[in-house]
This record gives sequence, C-alpha cells and structure tokens, in this order.
Amino acid sequence: MSQSTEIAPMAAGSPDRLTGFKTFWHYFSVNRGAVIGLVVFILLVLAALFAPLLAPYAPDVQDKTAFLRPPAWQTGGTTQYLLGTDPVGRDILSRLLYGARFSLLIGAVVVTLALTGGITLGLLAGYFRGWVDVAIMRVMDLILAFPSLLLALVLVTILGPGLFNAMLAISLVLQPHFARLVRAAVMAEKSREYVVAAKVAGAGHLRLMLKTILPNCLAPLIVQGTLSFSNAILEAAALGFLGLGAQPPTPEWGTMLASAREFILRAWWVVTFPGLAILITVLAINLIGDGLRDALDPKLRRS
Amino acid sequence: MTKVVEGKNIVRDYHVGGGLFRGARTVHAVKGVSFSVEKGKTLAIVGESGCGKSTLARIITLIDPATAGELLIDGNKVDIARDGLTKEMRRKVQIVFQNPYGSLNPRQKIGDVLGEPLLINTDKPAEERRDLAMKMLKKVGLGPEHYNRYPHMFSGGQRQRIAIARALMLNPSLLVLDEPVSALDLSVQAQVLNLLADLQDEFKLTYVFISHDLSVVRYIADEVMVMYFGEAVEYGSRDEVFSDPKHAYTKTLFAATPRADVASIKARLAKKKAA
Amino acid sequence: MALLDIQNLVVEFQTASGPFRAVDGVSLHVDEREVLAIVGESGSGKSVSMLAVMGLLPWTATVTADRMMFGGRDLLKISLAERRKIIGKDIAMIFQEPVASLNPCFTVGFQIEEVLRFHLGMDRAQRRARAIELLKQVGIPEPAERLNSFPHQMSGGQCQRVMIAMAIACNPKLLIADEPTTALDVTIQKQILDLLVSLQAKYGMGLIMITHNMGVVAETADRVIVQYKGRKMEEADVLSLFESPKSNYTRALLSALPDNAVGDRLPTVSDMLFEPAPSGAGA
Repeated sequence: MSQSTEIAPMAAGSPDRLTGFKTFWHYFSVNRGAVIGLVVFILLVLAALFAPLLAPYAPDVQDKTAFLRPPAWQTGGTTQYLLGTDPVGRDILSRLLYGARFSLLIGAVVVTLALTGGITLGLLAGYFRGWVDVAIMRVMDLILAFPSLLLALVLVTILGPGLFNAMLAISLVLQPHFARLVRAAVMAEKSREYVVAAKVAGAGHLRLMLKTILPNCLAPLIVQGTLSFSNAILEAAALGFLGLGAQPPTPEWGTMLASAREFILRAWWVVTFPGLAILITVLAINLIGDGLRDALDPKLRRS
Repeated sequence: MTKVVEGKNIVRDYHVGGGLFRGARTVHAVKGVSFSVEKGKTLAIVGESGCGKSTLARIITLIDPATAGELLIDGNKVDIARDGLTKEMRRKVQIVFQNPYGSLNPRQKIGDVLGEPLLINTDKPAEERRDLAMKMLKKVGLGPEHYNRYPHMFSGGQRQRIAIARALMLNPSLLVLDEPVSALDLSVQAQVLNLLADLQDEFKLTYVFISHDLSVVRYIADEVMVMYFGEAVEYGSRDEVFSDPKHAYTKTLFAATPRADVASIKARLAKKKAA
Repeated sequence: MALLDIQNLVVEFQTASGPFRAVDGVSLHVDEREVLAIVGESGSGKSVSMLAVMGLLPWTATVTADRMMFGGRDLLKISLAERRKIIGKDIAMIFQEPVASLNPCFTVGFQIEEVLRFHLGMDRAQRRARAIELLKQVGIPEPAERLNSFPHQMSGGQCQRVMIAMAIACNPKLLIADEPTTALDVTIQKQILDLLVSLQAKYGMGLIMITHNMGVVAETADRVIVQYKGRKMEEADVLSLFESPKSNYTRALLSALPDNAVGDRLPTVSDMLFEPAPSGAGA
C-alpha cells in the first residue's frame, strides 16, 4: 500500500526462470555496447578453444627464411603470414590465437581465486562484525594501500617469476575489492527481515551465511568479477612485459610485447598486434561488465 | 486456562556507543512491562513508532534477550542470553513480519521457504516435508501450483499468506504478528485478518498482535495493551480499553484515529459551513 | 470555475513485458477552494495520474489526454520551460515519505529558500524572513533556529511540515498531497491533516488528497473519486459516498473496514464479485 507509484505486481504465472532471464536479457540488450562486447568475447573464447584448428602454424615454429616479415597488405608481406612474423620468424597470428588461451586462463583463474578468497573473508567480516571484521578489513586496507602493480611485482619477486605465480600475486592484489564488496552486501542483507525469519526458523550461522545471505549478494559480485577479469589480463600482461610473468617462448600477449620491444621502430606490427589484442579483449569484457551492471542492479534500471 | 506466554517486568536497554565527542548512553526501549496471554487468545500491543512494541515483539519471539525480567513460555522460564535456545523452544514461538516484500528470501522458492523450518528442526524426509508444505499452502488459501514459484511472483497479500504458512510449519503454540496487515491494501487486509481468525480457531493458536491501527485491534484482540515510551500505560480487555480508556495517551490515540462513519462526516461538514 | 480540468487521461508505461496501462481514461476536475480526495488501493493509478500532471513520470511513460487544463492553459501543449514555471509555483506537491523527500545534505532553511529564490527571485534577507514565516505557519516551534537543522535532526512529522512549508511557499493555487500521512503515526497524522485543511481554507487553494485510507477521506474531503486498476469507479461528494455508495467496489471497500465488521469475519472485496464499471459511471 505504501508504494505510491507501484505498478501492479507481476502476473503470477509462466515458469519463472525463463521470465527472469527474459527481463535480464531485455535490460542487457538495451545496452548496445554490451552486446558487441559479448559477441567479441564469444569469438575470443571460440578462437582460444579452436586455436589448433584456426592457427596456420604452431605457436613456436620458426621460419628461418622469414624474420620480421610485415603483414600481408604491406609491401614485402605475403598471405602466408597474414599478420607478419616476429624477429625469430614465428607467425604472429598463430601466436595471438594461442595467446588468447593464456589470457582467458589467466582471467578465469585469477577471478576464481580472488572471488573465493574475497567471498570467504567478506562473508566472515560482514556477518560476524566485531573483532573479526576489524582484523580482516585492516589487512584488506593494507593490501589496498599499495599500488597494485607494485605489490604484484614484490610478490612475484618473492615467489619467483612464472605464469602461475603471477596469477597468484594478481589474485591476492584483486581480492580485497571482492572482500569489501561482499562485506558491504552482507551487512545490508543481514538486517533484512527474511534473514531474521530464517533465524527464527532455527537456521545456524553457516546456513544463514551460505544459503540465506550469500545468494542475494551475487549480483554486484558478477559485475565486479567481469571487470576484474579484464584487470587480471592487463596486470598479467604488465607483469609479462616486465619479464616477471609468463616466460618466453610462451605466446602470452604481454610477454610477446616485451620481447618485441626493441623492434618498435623498425617493425610496428610486432608490438601493435599483441597490444591491440589486449586492448580489444579488455574493452570487450569491460563493456560486458557495464551491461551486466545495468541489467543486474535494479537501481540503474531505467523504468 | 493455561498461560502460553507470560512476561514479568521485562526491561530492554540499548547501549548507544559513544562517538568521538559524545559519551555512551543507554536507551530504555522497554521499561518493565508485564503481560500474559492464555491459550487461544489474542493480545494486541498498540503504540506509535518508537514506543518499544517491536522491541518487545523481538524479545517474545526469542530473537533478542531481555535486559531484565522473566519470560515464561508454556510455563517454562526462557533466558536466551544465559542458556541459549533449544530447538524445542524455537519451535514454540514464531513470527510474521510487517513487510511481506522483505520477509521472504527473494532467491528461495516457496516450497523451500516452507520446508526450511522442517529441514532444520526435524529429521522428516524430503517427501514428508513436501506433503506438509503442500497442505499448509492449502490451509492459507494458496495452491500446490505455487510450490515452485519465487516470492516476486506474488502480490503483497499472497506473500503475507506465505509468511504465515512458514510461521505455522513447526506447529508453534505462540504466533507473534508484527503489524501483519499494515502494509496491505484494505481489501487484502480483510482477507488476511479473516485467515488469521480461521487459523486461530482451527489450531487453537495464541497471538500477540502488534499494531498501530486501532480499528484492526478492535476487530481482532481479546486483550489490549497500549504502550507509550516503553511503558504499558493501559492494559485490559478489549471492551474495557475501548469503552473506557483510563490513560490520557490512550484517549489522545482514540481521538486522533480518523473516523469513517456518516455521523462524523456530517458533523465535520456542518462545522465547516459554520466557519 | 475549474482550477484543474483533465479529460480522458491515459498513462502507459513501457515495461519488459510490453506496455502497461496505469491510468485508463480518467477525467477529473478540481475547483478553487475545494478538497478532492482520490482514493484507491495500490495499482489503482491514483498517484500516477497526479505525477502525470506534475510531469514527474519517468521517460518510459507516455501521457495522453484530451485536455489537461490548468488556469486556462493546457499543460500538455505548452513548452517544458513554461510548464516548469507553473509546477512548483502554482501547483505544488507533497509526498508520502517526508524524510526521503528532503535532501539530507542541506539544511531545511536552505531548501525552503531555494524554492523562494527559483520561483520568486527574492533577495537573501527577504528569503530568510519568508522562510521563518512559513515555518511558523506550519506550526514548527522556534522557526528561526529550525532553519539551520538538517532533515535527519527532525522527526517525520516535522519533516512533513517542512515539506508543506516548501509547497505553500509560492502561494500555489493547487496543492497535491500524495499519501501525506501514510508514513506517520496516528496522532501526528491528525495534526498534519488538520494543518493541511486549515491552510487550504486560509489560502483558498484547491487540494487534491491522494490516499488509500477511508478515514482520511472522511476527515478531509469535499468530493471523492474512487479509482480501481487505473479506472474511475465512482465520483461523489463525500457524504453521499459514505451514505449510499453507488459502485460495488466502493461498497466492498467500505465494508472491508474493520470498523464495520459484522460478526467475527470481515466481508472482503472478492466476496462481492463485481464488474468494473466503465469510467465515468456514477459521476
């Protein structure tokens, strides 16, 4: 009765999951950028999955007759190497396609690690409050106080360079964002009446945290997850560029950039294409993230 | 008659933590309230916002402990601050909240909403839980087709029916109703009040009914307690309180309640013309 | 002469599941010095139609009407800029949630003076004097000190008084009150209703009272419109509405009042199956 502009409640009927997805898609598809991002991302995933079929060469095969061959449409280029070759005669297109596997792997692993850690810590902090909250959140603040790349650098130096250690370091750096988000959401949800109702029904702490509260905190997490996905790819590329991430000859995009550094002036394609790959991927994922935010956050819904 | 719930001199203080420039202070939300309700009866607690009626509701529902005083449920003393809460006790008191939009978990199907209390408190198998939930849905005027739906697909009145069904799943002896109809439309309000009356007759339920709406209270209550700033300023049978209010605040409250009868409209219009 | 005259108002919302008609062909008029109550349950479109008059609906809404005349001008035909000059000055509105309707970042004095500056272009000293006078009129004690208070330092009832002060700041010809007392306690509700009615009589304003509460209708209105699902069910002066309701829906609503309980069960609206009458019936 209190809603002054309430529109009649949704007609009870029709299976729910479908309508839920329909409304989601309605709001998501309004955002054209997000749809483009999604299409690009799906293409990227397909490229990564079918890299062995799509790539004309293996990523580490060298052609001793074709060092620094320019892309096909430039003078001196051949259709044999569509995007040209690198200083040791490897096909850049093939390396980019295989590189997509690494980038997506990095994103997925980092987000999973950061999400798990962030949810656990944030849930504990937001649910129990008191000293648990203080202890956890001060550590998070400490991590956030460092420039993220610097901290990742320090961690990788301690752990030793390599792709896996780089992923560990990045997830540690990204994880406080998740913890803060979860904590805030949990605190907001915890005071809602349905949580008290579950308590009156006799639910214990674990059930309240995992079954009652957590599912209602997921929407902002999904958004933050996508945005972190691109962040992870960027940071991994940066670490790779600094020589602390994936080690050559791994066709990781950041590492490719690093090893092409000295040829920037002579052969633009060796740096431009990996850079473009990173740019497009990150942009696509960020666009998806924005669309998700529009679709999942009721406050931003336009009606 | 047996007393289902009895409160003796219940006190609840809140300590408001001091900030940088203010010392901590104590807010007395409930100041020594005593009451008792017999089986099958309804006690209405009336008051305006901040009078401590919701705090009292949370104490009776065993959500928050009282600072001082005794609470007896079915004759047993309960002190959750000291002894914690047994499953047995938990089953005896249940609550229905005011806002039907906030009291149901948006990500839980109705079937799970109703099954959850049984899952936690009993070791009934899934099959039996499902049957009981279906039966309860019918009891509150919904159907088995609602079992697999989510809360957002229901109207406010339907949700309040679900919340009532959830509260009844454990066969409680006492049901605390915290403003159960004040968020509902007039026509729906009547339906829910009727349902509550039906259920009370059928299960011999005891109600503690919290409300600010005197017309609803007059309709449903056997006994009425009026609270004002944490104190019970008036306590007696419904007819006593409504026909002969003793305390000045109760009189103010009655006088302020808008009247929707023809005589008072005529009186108002006459007065307006004269002015 | 009618102050506000609306013919055949239709408001449609674009939603994910297709267009939704919130107001369906409602016609109404308010005269000067008249209190009109629009009563209905949630989803009856009672607020939406008034928000449409104020031009406060989101972009997903389409508003059409044969005419929407206010003070001799059709609100739907004049430019947005002209309309903004009328709204807030000649038509003012107060809302259900007084605390949420005030900006928590500014003092109430600043917010009242903002209205005066925008619509009347008063200078600083004039504004302050007028703000104090307004607060005095709506019954706030120590108005000069209260100007420096923030909304959260005041009670809900006091915030609603401030909202009323802002609404009458420019001597509007029409005041629209959207459930002005629903969020308030009964004793405060009485005070606010009395205040609204006395101000209405004092300044000769038209007052539209949107409410779901039959008691509020009985205590304030001259004339009543009953709405259901975006349609007008009945229009009558207040006494005949309560004495001899014409539409089945009104009858059902009145009998659902717990005051009118006969026996130990209440009659409910669905007990009296009714056909929604076409709009305008009973007028």
